[in-house]
Amino acid sequence: MFGIPGFEGSLFDDLLRIQRQMESVFGSPLTAGIRSMGVAAFPPVNVGTTPEEIDVYLFAPGVDPTSLDINIQNNVLTVSGERRIIREEGASYYRKERFDGEFRRVLTLPEDVDPDRVDATYKDGVLHIRIERKESSKPRQIKVN
Amino acid sequence: MSDKTELTKKETTEVQPATEQTVQEQIIRPLVDIFEDESGITVHADMPGVSKERLNVKVEGDTLTIDGIAEIPMPEKMEPLYADVRATHYQRSFTLSPEMDVDKVEATLKDGVLTLRIPKREEHKPKKIEVKVG
Repeated sequence: MFGIPGFEGSLFDDLLRIQRQMESVFGSPLTAGIRSMGVAAFPPVNVGTTPEEIDVYLFAPGVDPTSLDINIQNNVLTVSGERRIIREEGASYYRKERFDGEFRRVLTLPEDVDPDRVDATYKDGVLHIRIERKESSKPRQIKVN
Repeated sequence: MSDKTELTKKETTEVQPATEQTVQEQIIRPLVDIFEDESGITVHADMPGVSKERLNVKVEGDTLTIDGIAEIPMPEKMEPLYADVRATHYQRSFTLSPEMDVDKVEATLKDGVLTLRIPKREEHKPKKIEVKVG
């Protein structure tokens, strides 16, 4: 991601580049996440982790946040919603590249997420969902007496 | 990486050399809808994560360029687990045609969607010619 230290020029880039190359050679990756949706899926998703939480970012511009349905069951997160593009009548369209319609993305998160501690914010077209890890799996400092 | 497209023509003349993929900085080409009506051309561009302060729309000669940087709030020490979006810099250019009034371009940004309205010059707006029955 995100063009921020830790997200670019790293192993991450290399992995993705290799994956893209594989896709261009073989048509589809040899091994893909069972819920992954290919390059053109809407909305695009990024997931990051820290020892305390999992952060999910959905790049969904122009969506009414009240239409979003965010659901988490154990460690499976489902986000669905709709983006309706109102077409101008009588106008001639040169390009229609933007996604129009209903969408749904399902993500498998790490096992130790706490489904009871989730918050979501929508800003500038990005939906940010924060899910805390269970207390028992958070790193703890152990003092030596 | 800049992509020039004649706004008023449907066919594209995009040429993307194979080497372009290896440029150091990744640039996202925002997806657009473009339509024309009697008074002008409207562009809608998806630029999620871009705020007004980080958006730049400019016209140089006959080239209209939209440029923006997405700002994503991230906790410290975050490690990526998965990413569809791998850059924060959006940029795309279009070639305008002379009947468009570049001084009157209006830009609005809402929920990561940029709307540009490019009006046609008065003299180029279609006029209905009444046929008189003599």
